[in-house]
Amino acid sequence: MSTKETGGKTRRQIYEDRLRRRSLRIAALSTALVVGAIVVLVPMAPGWEKVQKSFFNKDVFLKTFPKLLDAFLLDVAIFAWCAPLIALLGLAVALMRDVRSPALFPLRIFGALYTDIFRGVPVVLTVYLIGFGIPGLGLPRPWNSPYIWGSLALILTYSAYVAEIFRSGITSVHQSQRAAAQSLGLAERDVMQFVVLPQAIRRVVPAQMNILIALQKDVALLSFIGPVEIFRQAGVFKSLLANFTPYVGAAVIFLCVTIPATRYADYLMNKQNRERS
Amino acid sequence: MPKLSLRGVVKRFGDNTVCDGINLDVNAGEMVCLIGASGAGKSTLLRCINLLEPVEDGEIFLDGADISIPGLDPEPVRRRIGMVFQSYNLFPHMTAVENVLLAPRRNHKKSRAELMPEVTALFARFGLAEHMGKYPDQLSGGQQQRVAIVRALAMRPEVMLFDEITSALDPQLVGDVLDALRALKADGMTMILATHEMGFAREAADKVCFLKDGRVLEEGKPEEIFERAQNEDTQQFLARTLK
Ligand SMILES: Nc1ncnc2c1ncn2[C@@H]1O[C@H](COP(=O)(O)OP(=O)(O)OP(=O)(O)O)[C@@H](O)[C@H]1O
Ligand SMILES: [Mg+2]
Repeated sequence: MSTKETGGKTRRQIYEDRLRRRSLRIAALSTALVVGAIVVLVPMAPGWEKVQKSFFNKDVFLKTFPKLLDAFLLDVAIFAWCAPLIALLGLAVALMRDVRSPALFPLRIFGALYTDIFRGVPVVLTVYLIGFGIPGLGLPRPWNSPYIWGSLALILTYSAYVAEIFRSGITSVHQSQRAAAQSLGLAERDVMQFVVLPQAIRRVVPAQMNILIALQKDVALLSFIGPVEIFRQAGVFKSLLANFTPYVGAAVIFLCVTIPATRYADYLMNKQNRERS
Repeated sequence: MPKLSLRGVVKRFGDNTVCDGINLDVNAGEMVCLIGASGAGKSTLLRCINLLEPVEDGEIFLDGADISIPGLDPEPVRRRIGMVFQSYNLFPHMTAVENVLLAPRRNHKKSRAELMPEVTALFARFGLAEHMGKYPDQLSGGQQQRVAIVRALAMRPEVMLFDEITSALDPQLVGDVLDALRALKADGMTMILATHEMGFAREAADKVCFLKDGRVLEEGKPEEIFERAQNEDTQQFLARTLK
């Protein structure tokens, strides 16, 4: 009886189609109501005119946006040289914490201390301390650059997080994989390099993506120690034009990058969860 | 001289004595089956022989040389002793042929081209010729288990250890894997099997050992164990499993 068909569809499919159309209608209606309420109600607030002028000023936006985009290229550049160094240092610190040889015990302690310290201090503080502290030593010309020391601060902080994620990936590879590799007579190093790490790295890609997105945003912190990247540039415009719209412009630019990236990370995460279940 | 010889092997996990003074001799070309209830210590004993677990006491001799000396480098020994696990443990990020090539390439520093003729022949021999390029999750359990056997064989081991390698398989796939074992026996491979396949043990084993609580309670030819067991525990175990 249940396989009896009506127009190529089973009763169940027809029922589910109707259900789906119904929920779509309800969702559309409620979204329209909420958006409509915001569009109508917010401009009725007493301060709306002022806010609109100082945050959503079209002329200011059009005038400053291209320059903000230029400044954002510096953010992208800083990100581009920090990210690979973070990946390498993070992996090195993660591996350090698993070394067995007693001669390398200091390395283990260092790995543990490193992750504790740099995860425990707010990024902005690390940026200040390293970004102002080290050039304060009175180093000669290229070595007093805030780019170098600001980047170093980001690299140190983010490597600590990345190292912890790599470690969680390494421990998530089942013991039986190690046993199988060992039973073949592979050296400890080969077991790690060819069997454990490739699986561990694959598993933590989504988590590392989220870290990269956070890094992209935190590059703006370097503005505190000098580089005129997008946040600093927006600040300059704000003082110049006595208007906050450049900050909104900067936010829009960040979102254009981070939203697709976040979506992609979520997609990877979901895909992985599906594969494992 | 036996190929492999265990003398008073003791293994503990905390207070739990899992191997309690095990003696066992395996001659070259012999197939020895370890039988016994769950928790008897069969898997642990095999892991000790492969040096995946250090033993607390006793000695393990391979060709008369003690391989259980504390501090001995385990890797050269493991290369001479292959092991196949219940849950296959293939490396999921590698194709079947990469799984097989990894150890000889790394351990013997041989190139893929040098190894391919032998490896291809091994795949063909175990009915896996068309599966070489597939990933483990594209293979059935029986195929995965045969790839795992090929992977161990590619190191040209002198002794093979099998830990309940058919327990995770659907009944209709068990036959292919048991055929692979028969083929190895015909080659003269020295083998130790932990198994619940009593029919196979009876047919193919040269010696059957009954383990309980980490001790070998009785050992002998299959017909001695299966038809004329002397020990009461062995009789009870067989009565329960053969029912
Ligand atoms: N890594 C470990 N740590 C602690 N205890 C363990 C460990 N491995 C095994 N054991 C214990 O050793 C005992 C024997 O286990 P083992 O796996 O060798 O039995 P087995 O004869 O292979 O059983 P089965 O037929 O279920 O596979 C069990 O009590 C088990 O809990
Ligand atoms: Mg077992």
